Amino acid sequence: MNGLAGQLPNIGVALPEMFVFTMACVILLVDLYAVRRARFVPFVLTLLTLVGAAVLTLGEFGAEPVTAFNGMFVDDMLSDTVKLVIYALAFLVFLYSRDYALDRGLLRGEYLVLGLFGVLGMMVMASAGHFLTVYLGLELLALSQYTLVAFDRDSPQASEAAMKYFVLGALASGMLLYGMSMLYGATGSLDIATVRQAVVSIGSDNLILVFGLVFVVVGVAFKVGAAPFHMWIPDVYHGAPTSVTLYVGTAPKLAAFALIIRLLVGGLEDLSAYWSDMLIILAVLSMAIGNLSAIVQSNIKRMLAYSTIAHMGYFLLGILTATPNGYGASLFYVIVYGFMSLAGFGMVILLSHRGFEAERLEDFKGLNRRSRWQALVMLVIMFSMAGVPPTLGFFAKLSVIQALIEVGLVWLAVVAVLFAVVGAFYYLRVVKLMYFDEPGTKHEVTAGVDMRVALAANGLALVLLLPWVGAILDLCTEAVRALG
Amino acid sequence: MFIDAHILSFAIWTPVIGGLLVLATGGDRYARQARWLSLAVSLATFVITVPLYLRFDAGTAAMQFGESRPWVEALDIHYSLGIDGISLPLILLTSFLTVLVVIAGWKVIEDRVAQYMAAFLIMEGFMIGVFSALDAILFYVFWEGMLIPMFLIIGIWGGANRIYASIKFFLYTLLGSLLMLVALIYLYNQSGGSFALADYHSLPLAMTPQILLFLAFFAAFAVKVPMFPVHTWLPDAHVEAPTGGSVILAAVMLKMGAYGFLRFNLPITPDASHALAGFMITLSLIAVIYIALVALVQEDMKKLIAYSSISHMGFVTLGFFIFNTQGMEGAIAQMISHGFVSGALFLCVGVLYDRLHSRRIADYGGVAHRMPVFASLLMLFAMANVGLPATSGFVGEFLVILGAFQASFWYALLAGTTLVLGAAYTLWMVKRVIFGKVANDGVASLSDATPREALVLGLLAVLVLGMGVWPAPLLETLHASVENLLALASASKL
Repeated sequence: MNGLAGQLPNIGVALPEMFVFTMACVILLVDLYAVRRARFVPFVLTLLTLVGAAVLTLGEFGAEPVTAFNGMFVDDMLSDTVKLVIYALAFLVFLYSRDYALDRGLLRGEYLVLGLFGVLGMMVMASAGHFLTVYLGLELLALSQYTLVAFDRDSPQASEAAMKYFVLGALASGMLLYGMSMLYGATGSLDIATVRQAVVSIGSDNLILVFGLVFVVVGVAFKVGAAPFHMWIPDVYHGAPTSVTLYVGTAPKLAAFALIIRLLVGGLEDLSAYWSDMLIILAVLSMAIGNLSAIVQSNIKRMLAYSTIAHMGYFLLGILTATPNGYGASLFYVIVYGFMSLAGFGMVILLSHRGFEAERLEDFKGLNRRSRWQALVMLVIMFSMAGVPPTLGFFAKLSVIQALIEVGLVWLAVVAVLFAVVGAFYYLRVVKLMYFDEPGTKHEVTAGVDMRVALAANGLALVLLLPWVGAILDLCTEAVRALG
Repeated sequence: MFIDAHILSFAIWTPVIGGLLVLATGGDRYARQARWLSLAVSLATFVITVPLYLRFDAGTAAMQFGESRPWVEALDIHYSLGIDGISLPLILLTSFLTVLVVIAGWKVIEDRVAQYMAAFLIMEGFMIGVFSALDAILFYVFWEGMLIPMFLIIGIWGGANRIYASIKFFLYTLLGSLLMLVALIYLYNQSGGSFALADYHSLPLAMTPQILLFLAFFAAFAVKVPMFPVHTWLPDAHVEAPTGGSVILAAVMLKMGAYGFLRFNLPITPDASHALAGFMITLSLIAVIYIALVALVQEDMKKLIAYSSISHMGFVTLGFFIFNTQGMEGAIAQMISHGFVSGALFLCVGVLYDRLHSRRIADYGGVAHRMPVFASLLMLFAMANVGLPATSGFVGEFLVILGAFQASFWYALLAGTTLVLGAAYTLWMVKRVIFGKVANDGVASLSDATPREALVLGLLAVLVLGMGVWPAPLLETLHASVENLLALASASKL
């Protein structure tokens, strides 16, 4: 690529994206011709695509920030870190989903291709240097997700969920775009770096800037799933096939983090006094509504959906501190959350099999008697989500609370902690069902060995990675510092 | 030697890893292997902790057997361990009692044996971790992490109302602990980025932050001790837990709350401790007197002993906040003694429950006719609970009352009522259960203590008598550390 540097724009940095796109098209074609014996080829190709993209991203990891396409595309440590986690999560998502999707006739080429396009959208969002790039990545991800949710044509719940997601998502994207247009009007540019400088020179009292900021925050809050823009989450998580819920609930959260960081921190950091206050309201509402609503759920997918809303509240706590420590803490939180969510929904998939959806909380009853190891894995996952040591989830909450107290928001830390206690209840309830109750069904756990091993490793990693928490946290702080 | 340099780490991680190995033995088909492996692991842990005493230098208050390694550099968290004269007896108490609990649960627990034993072993590791942690977050991780196995123990192998009790226990303790976490992070920021407890001892703090910090720590530790009025989780948890769970809960977990007061409230917020001493002493005296009266009217043996525990722990917190050597040493001696005595009492109740499946006093009477050996041991432990001289219970109570005299005559008088009230509820219970005529067919069919039960109770009896007759080794171990702690607690930070 260096030899062509003078003649072509510096597109080499977008190699992972180009690779994923090409492979997605290849898989679409291969799927047409994949006959009986080769029917797993598209699936294996998808996994290999993600591995290949990871190799390509690792190849340029840690280098100085590079921009391409006239500054529209940025490759820095933040984008590399976020992308690597997205690859890992997407890889495991596909791995866990295989049997489940196969049983329900969902594992067609289009499913895989849409998933890869979603990953591509996330990658583009992570590397965005321009408002339109952000929007491009966001819409690519969103449209892929709408379709994936609706993929099971025979399920009325899925269709309803997709409809709601689409309508609300389009509205939110519209709000985001409207905010961006106002920012353009105020600053005269859509390039994030230029906007940043323009905001500094205009000053933060400009009314148009603030209005634009409000619309941008609203659009972002929807994508993140923060209350009071959270209405789509329970319905989508519940209605979609669990393998799609797995997809929607894990990797896109990383992309949402990238979205927030690129827009609010990369471009509008000088307005942090405003968006910080807005995020405080969003965070408190999310923690409150998420934790309180989850208590009364009897469907585990809905319960996990509301718990997601609560977790997004905690995640926003780190961002609103407007300090590098806070951003690093949020990145750490969202990474840990991604793996916890992956494991949690993965367990739901594990317990579901042909013709049976393990959706209700009662389906976990007596799991300790039926299948000791899976119960232990779920125990670790639940306690990690509750934030109880010695799990990774505790350190995620710790780093966020630390960031809060560092800027003097002790009252907010106490509120967060109180809601964490409220939240502990519904996680305890799952543990109670698994360990203290007798099994209600005789359903055996039937799932491939690879999934069971991967899921066990995933869940236990939440405890076993304890000695390396420091290293992961350091990586996160380093990645965010690159934004500088 | 590698073990020498890291003896505390071995003491913590041997039971944890051993517990995981026990878990790996699988289902109840391998229950025998699980039991023997657990016994081996718990004995190994005890053997590892013995050198801590043999090589302990009682002349200094400095932390010994220290080890420190950076853990999470971004947050300045270190894996640092160390013990002094106050933590050492508690660690020995923990490792010894775990061996007894494993033996006591041998034949009693038939369902999911491996998980039962593994839970106790992992909990033991975390408890030793709490007593030896010198870094605030490391302390917190062990402190909270212990809740998980205890929650499972109560909820899986407990009594009829176990689910309510276990969830109440967990959420109550979690709330207090999380408030403590906020306090610790505040201290981290105040001290310029250190989680080392030693740094907090010398950190200057104004009065208002001190009071708030004191209350935050109080929220966590008062629930654990438990102090009136946040004691209501204890009777439920104790009654519903299986015997082994009650033993560990009463003998060790309650002491962790008191230990927390010693490590956090007194040295970090000394001025607030003095200012709120009257409040703490009042709550302690209410626990001593009022809870003793509540114990008097109990019909369930385990509930009676649970309330008796709260009453005795009131003595402990009283001893802390009168700020003199006798009070403090007496309180810590009381902690150790109560560990033995309440553990023994719960084991005795367990022995009876295993036979007649009832804890109601009314279902018993004249047990001594059928179980003479057991009755003698129960009587000994009851006397120790009352505080009879020559038993370990006397040492702590006497020292605390002596110390209370130095602070105020009225504290000593009110505290001294425990001598009467404690005797009242304990002896009345023992009289109704052991003495008198054989009450019913159930009692008539009782068989005396099996060799296993006699072994466990006998070992505790030896310790109770030994400590009562010769408490010097314990008090000598404590002395330097207590003096140091009192100096820290008297040094004003304003």
